[in-house]
Amino acid sequence: MSRKKELISNIGLRLDGRRAGELRRIRCKLGVFSEPDGSAYIEQGLTKVLAAVYGPHQVRGGRSKAQHDSAIVNCQFSMAVFSTGERKRRPRGDRKSTEMSIHLHQALVAAIKVELYPWTQIDVYVEVLHADGGIYPACVNAATLALIDAGIPLKEYVCACTASLANDDIPMIDISHQEEVMGGPTLTVAALPMSKKVVLLEMSQRFHVDHLPKVLKTALQGCVDIKNILDVTVSNNVKEIGSSTRWGNMT
Amino acid sequence: MPQKIQMRLASNRVDTSVVINRDIPAIYTPGQIISNQNEFLRGHGTYEENGQLKASVAGVREKVDILISVRPLKSRYHGKVGDVVVGRIIEVQQKRWKVNTNSILDSVLLISSVNLPGGELRRRSAEDEHMMRKYLQEGDLISAEVQSVYSDGSLSLHTRSLKYGKLGQGVLVKVFPSLIKISKTHFHNLSIGVSLILGTNGFIWICPIINNTEENVGGFVQNLEEVVPKSIRATMARIRNCILALAQSKVMLFDSSITYAYEESTKYTLAELLLPEVMADVALSTQQKLILSETE
Repeated sequence: MSRKKELISNIGLRLDGRRAGELRRIRCKLGVFSEPDGSAYIEQGLTKVLAAVYGPHQVRGGRSKAQHDSAIVNCQFSMAVFSTGERKRRPRGDRKSTEMSIHLHQALVAAIKVELYPWTQIDVYVEVLHADGGIYPACVNAATLALIDAGIPLKEYVCACTASLANDDIPMIDISHQEEVMGGPTLTVAALPMSKKVVLLEMSQRFHVDHLPKVLKTALQGCVDIKNILDVTVSNNVKEIGSSTRWGNMT
Repeated sequence: MPQKIQMRLASNRVDTSVVINRDIPAIYTPGQIISNQNEFLRGHGTYEENGQLKASVAGVREKVDILISVRPLKSRYHGKVGDVVVGRIIEVQQKRWKVNTNSILDSVLLISSVNLPGGELRRRSAEDEHMMRKYLQEGDLISAEVQSVYSDGSLSLHTRSLKYGKLGQGVLVKVFPSLIKISKTHFHNLSIGVSLILGTNGFIWICPIINNTEENVGGFVQNLEEVVPKSIRATMARIRNCILALAQSKVMLFDSSITYAYEESTKYTLAELLLPEVMADVALSTQQKLILSETE
């Protein structure tokens, strides 16, 4: 191929040494703050995201917004000034963060059982500390963990993952910033991995429709893998709290 | 004034866990199938999909006859009738106060469910409604009992007992509600000269010993002139730091755990109690003491 650099070398390794279907290392932690009702921290490779959840609580600032049959989910996305290579002030209401907030809202509302908490509001705040590709998936995964930490009922985990097409043929998973910049279309998928429902699909650029099924399948597999990793963290966290409190108040 | 400031790297973080690994019950996480049969009643924290019962929160299963529920280990306060709570007045409305009790919706304290100064049998007039802000205003803290739970989950409180009412001088500590152990009494007068109100909603009030001898005040006294001696204030601060240490390590909070933590903490100074290593040490020795006292 005439491209300057290939996304996957001929021995099948990517720029950072991963295989095509390999996720970056995920490390996560629940309950990182004491003030919010729920909080979480996630690292996917070098991408680092913090999430905090407040609520469900009474709708503040005018009862008119409150809904009689469901909770309002309020998402706010922000990026730290030092999160990218170039230091840049990012005001909260700019186009990119508004778009991210809306996408986040779409993914979370699909999972939260909002109908259980009428007249209330759930606030989800995510902050990107280090952006290295796959910001949106990391935010969704962090928000899921924070919601679980807050004890808010979810239908199931909502996970997100990216996938791309290398060398115009091989689908690859969990795109890093370097690979994003080098080109190639990026497909972002947010899904409910257990019931295999897609809740959000976004494409950074066009590619041939023939490739879509396999790229989508790869991304969905990524969501399932991520869900399994998160699940281990969640049950470890429950075990830790439970055995510290010696399962107090439990019958 | 020279002051020692403690700064540390994230890698030097202190492990505060006091985990005891013995008989861990089955853990359920959101979306996990609890049962395939449909001969069960679905309780809180579960939902039904395609004839399967699934968990919607992360926690442990509770089974009462055929009712299955999953309780999360950490959540907002879900009130039950008879619970003792500590709350903060956030709004004064007609005939009612709105109270923040860390619940999903604001709680209400009706003027008809408080003891107004001047005896229990006093009639409530329109004048009382105009005087409401004089009794309790925004920002005041109260202790109260849950009188009823409305259909939307919001709570109605009452303070129809001399135990309850406005809180005066003291310290408020907030923890998550499931850390408070449900017990017969949530009012404790510790022998070290401090009173504790362990609100089931996770709000803990620490104050000097109250002697509720004055009659007919209906719990609206708030004596801010009274000077609390320094020794009592230091004890209150120590109790607060102990509670923070226990809460950080997620040890259940009740009278004996707090007294044990206080006893364990006496070898440290007040300021030292805020260091992570010391907090972890206090929590760990408290946990051990609790286990010892139970096995005896």
